[in-house]
Amino acid sequence: MTGTNAKKGRFAAALKEAAMAALLAAVLASFLLGVRTIPAEGGLSFYYRPMWFAVAVAGVFFGRLFLRLIWWRGDRTTPKLYDKFTSSLGGITEGWGKYLGPVVIIGAFLLPFVASRYVIDTSILILTYILLGWGLNVVVGLAGLLDLGYVAFYAVGAYAYALLGTHFGLSFWVVLPLAGILAATWGMILGFPVLRLRGDYLAIVTLAFGEIIRIILLNWYKVTNGPDGISGIPRPTFFGLQFKRFGEHTFHQFFGIPYSPMHRLIFMFYIILLLALLTSYVTNRLRRLPVGRAWEAMREDEIACRALGINTTNTKLTAFAIGAFFGGLGGSFFATRQGFISPESFTFIESAIILAIVVLGGMGSQIGVAIAAIVMIGGFEVFREAAQYRMLIFGLLMVVIMVWKPRGLVSGRMPTIFLGKERKSVSGDLVKEGEG
Amino acid sequence: MSDIILQVDHMTMRFGGLVAIDDLSFAARRKEITALIGPNGAGKTTVFNCITGFYKPTEGMLTMTHADGETFLLERMDDFRIARDAKVARTFQNIRLFGGMTVLENLLVAQHNPLMLASKYSIGAILGIGGYRRHENKAVELARHWLDKTGLIARADDPAADLPYGDQRRLEIARAMCTRPELLCLDEPAAGLNPKESDDLNKLLMSIRDEEGLSILLIEHDMSVVMGISDHIVVIDYGKKISDGDPAFIRSDPKVIAAYLGVDEDEAGELAS
Amino acid sequence: MEYFLQQLINGLTLGSIYGLIAIGYTMVYGIIGMINFAHGDIFMVGAFVSLIVFLILLSIGVTFIPLALLIVLVVAMVVTSAYGWTVERLAYRPLRSSFRLAPLITAIGMSIFLENYVQVVQGARVKTLQPVITGGYTIMEGNGFTVQLSNIQIIIMILTVALMGIFSWIIAKTPLGRAQRACEQDRLMAGLLGVNVDRTISLTFVIGAALAAVAGLMFLLYYGVIDFYIGFVAGIKAFTAAVLGGIGSLPGAMLGGLIIGLIETFWSAYFTIEYKDVAAFSMLAIVLIFMPSGLLGKPEVEKV
Repeated sequence: MTGTNAKKGRFAAALKEAAMAALLAAVLASFLLGVRTIPAEGGLSFYYRPMWFAVAVAGVFFGRLFLRLIWWRGDRTTPKLYDKFTSSLGGITEGWGKYLGPVVIIGAFLLPFVASRYVIDTSILILTYILLGWGLNVVVGLAGLLDLGYVAFYAVGAYAYALLGTHFGLSFWVVLPLAGILAATWGMILGFPVLRLRGDYLAIVTLAFGEIIRIILLNWYKVTNGPDGISGIPRPTFFGLQFKRFGEHTFHQFFGIPYSPMHRLIFMFYIILLLALLTSYVTNRLRRLPVGRAWEAMREDEIACRALGINTTNTKLTAFAIGAFFGGLGGSFFATRQGFISPESFTFIESAIILAIVVLGGMGSQIGVAIAAIVMIGGFEVFREAAQYRMLIFGLLMVVIMVWKPRGLVSGRMPTIFLGKERKSVSGDLVKEGEG
Repeated sequence: MSDIILQVDHMTMRFGGLVAIDDLSFAARRKEITALIGPNGAGKTTVFNCITGFYKPTEGMLTMTHADGETFLLERMDDFRIARDAKVARTFQNIRLFGGMTVLENLLVAQHNPLMLASKYSIGAILGIGGYRRHENKAVELARHWLDKTGLIARADDPAADLPYGDQRRLEIARAMCTRPELLCLDEPAAGLNPKESDDLNKLLMSIRDEEGLSILLIEHDMSVVMGISDHIVVIDYGKKISDGDPAFIRSDPKVIAAYLGVDEDEAGELAS
Repeated sequence: MEYFLQQLINGLTLGSIYGLIAIGYTMVYGIIGMINFAHGDIFMVGAFVSLIVFLILLSIGVTFIPLALLIVLVVAMVVTSAYGWTVERLAYRPLRSSFRLAPLITAIGMSIFLENYVQVVQGARVKTLQPVITGGYTIMEGNGFTVQLSNIQIIIMILTVALMGIFSWIIAKTPLGRAQRACEQDRLMAGLLGVNVDRTISLTFVIGAALAAVAGLMFLLYYGVIDFYIGFVAGIKAFTAAVLGGIGSLPGAMLGGLIIGLIETFWSAYFTIEYKDVAAFSMLAIVLIFMPSGLLGKPEVEKV
């Protein structure tokens, strides 16, 4: 008896809640969804869209009802398997996890032999974001410095190669390290004035710097060609061999194989794969060195760092510089892959996407960042057809994943050194995120 | 042997209109435990923050003298230089450990500067030259030494934030010791400890003084700690020094009793006698 | 001189709009210590709602402009407040006790979402509105240059001053204002003492969004052109204004807004219009680096 009463009460409460949600949805949807403005002669005209409105309100009503009555019922233990999975990722050197890294890397190397053009193309894009994510991870994940202007260094790298490549004919392989160093220098130049800032203030100033650089690129016609961008950026060569159908020193002639446009694509894939692995190797090494430990210590407690004699100014600058360096490498690669760049590719949204990958992946975790890049960028590609809904869903996904897993997908932290034999990761709840 | 390691001369610290420290002078002697005591709000932690460079004193001179005779004027140095070059290590009243890092990592971060040199500023170590591994092993040995002394060796691979409160206090001392300081400044090391832990702490501090030959400056409220181990006590109230001497002298000083009990000096004199 | 005076008027008008948006940033930052990144887009939503309501009113024959504007103002404030409330409820409240970066990411996500939502439902093309309020006064004439003070500029400034007054009063004198200030000081303690923290924070978002809606309406009337992207840049500038004035301070936000409006206008008038945003952004960086507590804010002391 009481059971049915309780059930009834719950149903009534759920109905009421759903009705309230629907009412709110009606207010929200009223003008923006229910009315569509259209350009007309002498200004604007509009028409009513009752269907959209009705669907939105009904959707919210039944969605809320569903959530309340079915989804949120009882215990939500479905993610148990997931937790097991991610915790094993956190302690990647244990058990089967030990083999995961090499298997994935070997798999990546074999990918071009089996995958279609589209898959390789998408993989290149994903790897670029993995590289950028790992680079930004140094700044945000390890050093705990919230950088919303990372795209600036990506832009510096891209324009460095675009300008040096088109004007002076320097090869990609020469410019690549130069671009990295140039971006690192910019990282320090921009990093220096903001060293004293903390948290959100740092975020907003780095955002401002990113925008300033973009606006300069947009308006400095003489050098950057403004919004028209730079085209005809030379492609990289394979030890001097070009990936062209005709001409001297071409790849297919040298190896005596028929020409295929796939060669260049596959070559690009290997370049970005190696660059990403380089980033992974260097940042992993650095994490186990004093400088990396100092980054993480700074994230945990900056004042304690200073009390231990650590020069936090230099430590922050190295983090900015290393992060920017990899951003520069990514930028150069982007320029050579596209063959064309314009300031439009370096908007704040790019910074937001890279930061989202780092935070959603789990700050400090390389595997998490890689997974987040695959999910976000891969998911992005899935919605390629519905281009205008793409960013809409992207924004929504950011909110949903964050609310679901505020610590990111892989939240544990692997210690850098052990006294004993057992290797266990530190729970994400104990790890701080940094003040600046 | 009682040469002076830290000399504080006429130090004044003002925050806007508030005078937190007023013309304070005292000295801490080498290989001794000097305690700085006083009622709440007397300005003890402010003195510490001036010595370790987190605040710049408005006036005054702070002279640190190493065993080899080298002197440092602390009021002119940045906080991290005081720790690195003048070799003054400190702990904090509200513990500041690197909570998400393991106990061992905490102790290695404390050895950042020598390790940084050993890693050839990271470049050498990435390229695998310069024998960084050897230096790191030595650093781990030093860490192990202090983990043994503080009884934390079993927890070396646990995150610092997971340790119970008393262990965290000891870990902070171990971390400070790993910077190989000449002067150790402890800000209320016994706060929140139970009698047993407090007793262990006394032994630890005495062994740091006697076996490692270190000088210690500590702020403490727990009188059993202060009276039990201090060689020399400085009492301040409202930013001014009101007494200075050995524990026996302090115990019977009417001014001190007055400050602590909130009575005037005549009454305190009666109480003391 | 005449040119200067005209720029001054224009700058103050623009600054009023920035100031109204900045109040939303400053109140939210004051109470929960986060940059509500989506606030600029709430402003944009306010502008769109105003536009649509206005079109509807005209089409059903409400042609008496003051009445129409009043209705638009009220409806836009209500609908935009609902957006502000919903954003807080969905994206920030679940993360309130979580770690600090999480709400910043959801805020960015919300910002992206709102921009693209408006783009999808209303189209990407710019929306233009015929001038609604025309006319004005000639203040000065000379050297072949006329200094104009238009009616719309007068309305914007008067409305801004009035709203500032009302909201300063709310914060200073009402129970809501007291609850807000209590939550600012110590949210946990305020909760223990019986302040409904959730409701107070929600109301803060509602007030901020309502003011942003007013700013959106003003922007629409003043410029006559809006698109889904106006929120981003206006948001950053308004945030700059909030920081410049001293975050957490209402008069500071207004003052900061006016300064940013003036800088932008004078920069465009005397230097290059292309770099006007650079001027505003540089101002932000300079202020934060050299004066992190702003003009009217309280200095922050590092606790050791």
